[in-house]
Amino acid sequence: MYELLHDLLGDSLLVYVIGAALPLLFVLPFAVVAVLLEMKVSAHMQDRVAYMYTGWHGVLQPVADILKLLQKEDTVPAAADKFLFRLAPFLVFMGGYAGFAALPFSSAYIGSNIDLGVFYILAVSSLAVIGLMMAGWASNNKWSLFGAMRSVAQIISYEIPSALSILVAVMIVGSLNLQEVSKFQEGGIQNWIVFGGPMPLLQKLLLLPFTITAFFILFLAGIAEVNRTPFDLPEAESELVQGYNTEYSGMKFAIFYLAEFANMFLVSGIVVSLYLGGWTSPFGDVMSGPIWSFFWFVVKGMFFVFLQVWIRWTLPRLRVDQLMYTSWKVLTPFLFVCIFAVGLILVL
Amino acid sequence: MTETRTLPTRYVTHPGELKTSSGRSLRTDEMIINMGPQHPSTHGVLRLEVVLDGEIVVDVIPHIGYLHRCFEKHAEHMTNYQQVIPYCDRMDYLSSMNNDWAYALAVERMMKIEVPPRVETIRVIMAELQRIASHLIAVGTYGIDMGAFTPFLWAFRDRERILDLFEMTCGARLLYNYIWIGGLSHDLPPGFVDKAKAFCTYFKPNIKELNDLLSYNEIFVKRTANVGVLPADVGINYGVSGPTLRGSGVNWDLRRDDPYGIYDKFEWEVQVGKGERGTLGDCWDRYIVRVREMEESVRIIEQALAVLPEGNVQAAIPKRIRPDSAEIYVRTETARGELGFYVVSDGTASPYRLKARAPAFVNLSVLPEISRGCMLADLVAIVGSVDIVLGEVDR
Repeated sequence: MYELLHDLLGDSLLVYVIGAALPLLFVLPFAVVAVLLEMKVSAHMQDRVAYMYTGWHGVLQPVADILKLLQKEDTVPAAADKFLFRLAPFLVFMGGYAGFAALPFSSAYIGSNIDLGVFYILAVSSLAVIGLMMAGWASNNKWSLFGAMRSVAQIISYEIPSALSILVAVMIVGSLNLQEVSKFQEGGIQNWIVFGGPMPLLQKLLLLPFTITAFFILFLAGIAEVNRTPFDLPEAESELVQGYNTEYSGMKFAIFYLAEFANMFLVSGIVVSLYLGGWTSPFGDVMSGPIWSFFWFVVKGMFFVFLQVWIRWTLPRLRVDQLMYTSWKVLTPFLFVCIFAVGLILVL
Repeated sequence: MTETRTLPTRYVTHPGELKTSSGRSLRTDEMIINMGPQHPSTHGVLRLEVVLDGEIVVDVIPHIGYLHRCFEKHAEHMTNYQQVIPYCDRMDYLSSMNNDWAYALAVERMMKIEVPPRVETIRVIMAELQRIASHLIAVGTYGIDMGAFTPFLWAFRDRERILDLFEMTCGARLLYNYIWIGGLSHDLPPGFVDKAKAFCTYFKPNIKELNDLLSYNEIFVKRTANVGVLPADVGINYGVSGPTLRGSGVNWDLRRDDPYGIYDKFEWEVQVGKGERGTLGDCWDRYIVRVREMEESVRIIEQALAVLPEGNVQAAIPKRIRPDSAEIYVRTETARGELGFYVVSDGTASPYRLKARAPAFVNLSVLPEISRGCMLADLVAIVGSVDIVLGEVDR
């Protein structure tokens, strides 16, 4: 992509600005669609209809919501640390958004084709923790501080299982570059790593139970990292009012929201790229090519976004100690077994 | 909060005595945090002053009175006894029918008024419908407290059907003023019986659905079982009543043990907690008692609808209700427990003194006792499982 921009615009700063802004063209419309999806799916699960008046079946409501948030007064509490308070939402959004750079949207497009793609995503998405902590601390509100403390503990804990489950796929492929990982899985649904990858049949069958386990754990840890139910403790509205973003309003609040939705897709994108073939078509060579591959990536990603919404409106929330228990005593040991077994199978 | 307070001694400081290399203690301080009156899960305007050590609750001090409306004083200044009833509606606004009945019963017993059998049956139907509606809110909002939003809206969908029934009967959806001294404000409208029967058929499978979604959900059970255990003796000593006490395994229901109305004519069982998923008297037990009571209420309603006699809905009562100088205490079982009215009459047209023994108020008093040492998230679970209505706590 950068080569193309270079050819068009020469060696100017504009190249980098446009290159960096490209995923925004996806993230912003996605957030609007995701808000609508969240509202409509939850409504139909709860015997409601959700918005019906703005546009056909209320499809324009998210746009109206954004307009409303833009017009709202941007309040900063008098006792807040004003600089950190203003900075925090952008840092949180940046953490999620930077991850999009290494996400292979299609066989022809990846923001930055770096060899340490997955590693890079893990690293930058941890930056959000600092933003959350900042938001909680700067608000000068005890509930916010509580939420921030919880989210830091939670995100750091769940980074272990998510990194380990990424490792399982990386061991099979032998590359940290997500574009390579996607290419590795080309050739149809049977070559996806969740089903053992494009290995000889015996090896494939041996790998199968471990790849499936790692896939589920990656998705679970992903939900935990984006703080959604049943792991939404940092903003548990029935306990902590609204957690770290209690004091936020207007556009700053909207940016937290945007970051949450961006992260939802990022997590889905990682799961899809690593375990479900990324942008590859499930039918081998049928319906493949740059445009189709973009289509497949988004469809698969949206499916996991839908799953996250579904889970959110079905399950209650865990308690802090149960959350930590799940991470350290259930998911992590399982993954150690997976990594060991996968390594053994690959060597043999 | 600047006032100093001695903390309960039974609590042992939690994070241990971490020491730095220079030997200084790293012990952390407790934090005093205000939960409410504007908080999503205090079920109204309850303010809890919570002393926290990290996530652990060291002490809870409930502060009440934000919704005080001088019910008892108002009652003394009415021009007649009937006028107190709309105020009873507003006490526990989720079970107005039961409140009205308790007050009407007190005055009727004082004046020895016999109400017609049709009135008795309709009162039972209404009170049980109201009990289901109230428990639906208790169960649904409990889901929200645990972070599950969907059961709440399912509960409201079903409650809506009950409110529709009330609306067609007396025009109101929340504050009915329907049960009057000596009878009812209106007879049942045509078609009520069929609709009520249809509701019972519609509602029974929904309880199962609710159980599948929430009651036996692994996370929900993990969150509520073994949390906020209320031993039976502690409950009795604090005067706790209703489903909150029955959750601790105490088989005590005023509908059966101090009969009023015609509950003794119907076949139903008092549901008690059994400690199935954890310890006897934990939050899950209190919750499941409410779910099962809804099933029992449906049973009572079905039987009452089947035997509903024809007749008058207003007993012959004097035009001016003036009980002789006397006092009486009448207690009934509302959705929250023992609602008692202590009425003192001096022979005039309004009560000399009216004291309401509100179950939610008494049940709330046990909260600090059972929530010390739990986690902040458990405190929310405990407040929800005690099922308070602040309108009744403050009156």
